[in-house]
Amino acid sequence: MEILTSKQKQYLEQPKERISGSEAIVRCLLAEGVEILYGYPGGAIMPVYDELYKYEGEINHVLTRHEQCAAHAAQGYARISGKVGVAMATSGPGATNLITGIADAQIDSTPIVCITGQVPSHLLGSDAFQETDIVGISTPVTKWNHQITKASQIPEIIARAFYIARSGRPGPVLVDITKDAQFEEFDFQYKKCTGVRSYVPVPETEEGSVAAAAAIINAAKKPMIVWGQGVILSKAEEVLKAVVEKTGIPAAWTILGASAIPTSHPLNIGMVGMHGNYAPNVLTNECDVLIAIGMRFDDRVTGKLDEYATQAKIIHFEIDPSEIDKNVKTDVAVLGDAKTSLTKLLTLLNTNSHPEWLQKFKDLYTIEYDKVIKNDLHPTTEGLTMGEVLKEINIQTKGEAAIVSDVGQHQMIACRYADFNVSKSNITSGGLGTMGFALPAAIGAKMAAPDREVVAIIGDGGYQMTIQELGTIFQNKVPVKIVVLNNEFLGMVRQWQQLFFDKRYASTEMVNPNFVAIAQGYYIEAQKVTKREDLALAVKEMIASDEPYFLEVCVEKENNVFPMVPSGASVSDIRLE
Amino acid sequence: MGTEKQLYTISIYTENNIGLLNRISAIFQRRHINIESINTSVSEIEGVSRFTILVNMDEDQIKKILGQIEKQVEVIKAYYHTDDDTIYQESCLFKIKSDLLFEERQIQNIIKESNARIVTVNKEFFVLEKSGRRSELELLHRELNAFGIMQFVRSGRIAITKEKLKITEMLNAFKN
Repeated sequence: MEILTSKQKQYLEQPKERISGSEAIVRCLLAEGVEILYGYPGGAIMPVYDELYKYEGEINHVLTRHEQCAAHAAQGYARISGKVGVAMATSGPGATNLITGIADAQIDSTPIVCITGQVPSHLLGSDAFQETDIVGISTPVTKWNHQITKASQIPEIIARAFYIARSGRPGPVLVDITKDAQFEEFDFQYKKCTGVRSYVPVPETEEGSVAAAAAIINAAKKPMIVWGQGVILSKAEEVLKAVVEKTGIPAAWTILGASAIPTSHPLNIGMVGMHGNYAPNVLTNECDVLIAIGMRFDDRVTGKLDEYATQAKIIHFEIDPSEIDKNVKTDVAVLGDAKTSLTKLLTLLNTNSHPEWLQKFKDLYTIEYDKVIKNDLHPTTEGLTMGEVLKEINIQTKGEAAIVSDVGQHQMIACRYADFNVSKSNITSGGLGTMGFALPAAIGAKMAAPDREVVAIIGDGGYQMTIQELGTIFQNKVPVKIVVLNNEFLGMVRQWQQLFFDKRYASTEMVNPNFVAIAQGYYIEAQKVTKREDLALAVKEMIASDEPYFLEVCVEKENNVFPMVPSGASVSDIRLE
Repeated sequence: MGTEKQLYTISIYTENNIGLLNRISAIFQRRHINIESINTSVSEIEGVSRFTILVNMDEDQIKKILGQIEKQVEVIKAYYHTDDDTIYQESCLFKIKSDLLFEERQIQNIIKESNARIVTVNKEFFVLEKSGRRSELELLHRELNAFGIMQFVRSGRIAITKEKLKITEMLNAFKN
């Protein structure tokens, strides 16, 4: 159940009043409990910005430096808070710039509502200035979208937008509002949406399928859990932990599932997938029962499908019926909300432990430690590694920071080595792999959770895709900590070129600017580390700072991320070197 | 099992919404699935539209596609059926020179035997309408083609299932 704030209640209880469409939009947002939104003004959305000006103090609009970053900031906001993030843009290029963020939110099931201005309705289809068919363009990457051409439609459609974005499997919704509808006056009253007849957000959990799942789990000799973001989205962290502890089943996570159970938990056996941990990948092909919870068997998780856990019985706990049997055929599918399903499951499970089976994970971890982890975290070579930077961040933040990573080598290192002791701590672009995600997402995350330490870990490539957001950070004094792991390469692409393209480094070498000077140009405190002996102190100073802080760490140029399941290979053919 | 391609009819009950055709066709386009025919109309339920889509796919594929279709917020329910599950029809129109009616006596026989209906006749042309199975329509097309067809058009398939679809109950349940 959603808990309403007193301010929200005030806007929900307002009697009917004749106001403009644009004022109605702002009041709708307030009634939905929106306190912060991210956006960029322009011609077709100006009436709404005029109202935002009048409602300053009630609602905080944050001007990003690019609309794509407004969408990413809304994502970061949503991912750390569990609430709906909001982004706003004008028509035409403003709207199209949102698309990358929307597509990212769609594939990573992130609840955001995007509001775009549109040319006046009489100009629709006339190729008017800054007209674009944003409803058409955004259709394949939104959970739902709608164009409003009359002010009277505003309350109902916006209520529906928020309902759809946050319910069931969350996702992005876009509402496009013509300028004449923004100007038009009408009798406004807001009512929250409680249901849409064609839409079943959460399928009911069937007792029979839970019982069938429990029977298989109770009889399993070598069971393994793989959980995903569904656990976090349904707030099922505690019950998942209870299931794991009661049954003694080793549990691994997908990249978006990270942090639902603390890294230090003895039954947390690490990350699955292409750069995941050795043991859970290898033993995926040895377990007798694979229990997938709130995850979607992405190709980066499964590797070659024909050779993925073919020996195992597959149980899939999932809220979205279209995910069942989409990639991996299940033996038992338990539809429904993860928290509800796991709560029912827990009562049917026998107390158990699997010490010999768990030992196998430990043995393989030892192999991974000797071949990979030791060199990443305690290198004996001169150059700094990305892993040791993460290690220092863990020490300084006690593993309680929210890590916002971009895309590439540093992302995999961050996910592998960050200590996640608090849920909702791994904010990254998983499905879409959007370079440039981290800096704006960190802004949204920090503003949604000001009490948490938010550390953005970014590569030198992705950083330059949205580097202009330093302006947003500076103007709004957002105390995010920005760490750029600079290897002067598009590292992950370079790694592939080395391994699969005979070291032909086509367009992956970066000649970089003076990043410290750029940060300082935005009056952000900045430091650069090139030597191991300076690292610990620099990270300590960064974390100790109450202000935005930029830290560049120059790392070894041509290090690779291992383990690695080569594209198209089976998970058990994972390479350690 | 389930991997042999065949013709399937998909029936989709939806809210009446402007963008929905785009949303549904994008699901097919993205997966390189050719739509053999598509028809949208009102349904037996007021305010509810019905899409009838004909595709050539295997059963595993079509189950996944159905999941993607039903996932769309404004789709109420989607079903797939084989030809045996449904009563189905297509409809077509022929425009033919009126002279031929008198010059080629065989045409009159073809019309009679095919159970086609003459919609209109004037000095220049007449229009013939024929509804039925694709094979019947194709046979008539072949026969008339020998004499020359000025214009031809065929509709998408429409189909009604032999089994009851529980769509009305679903909608009533929402109201209550």
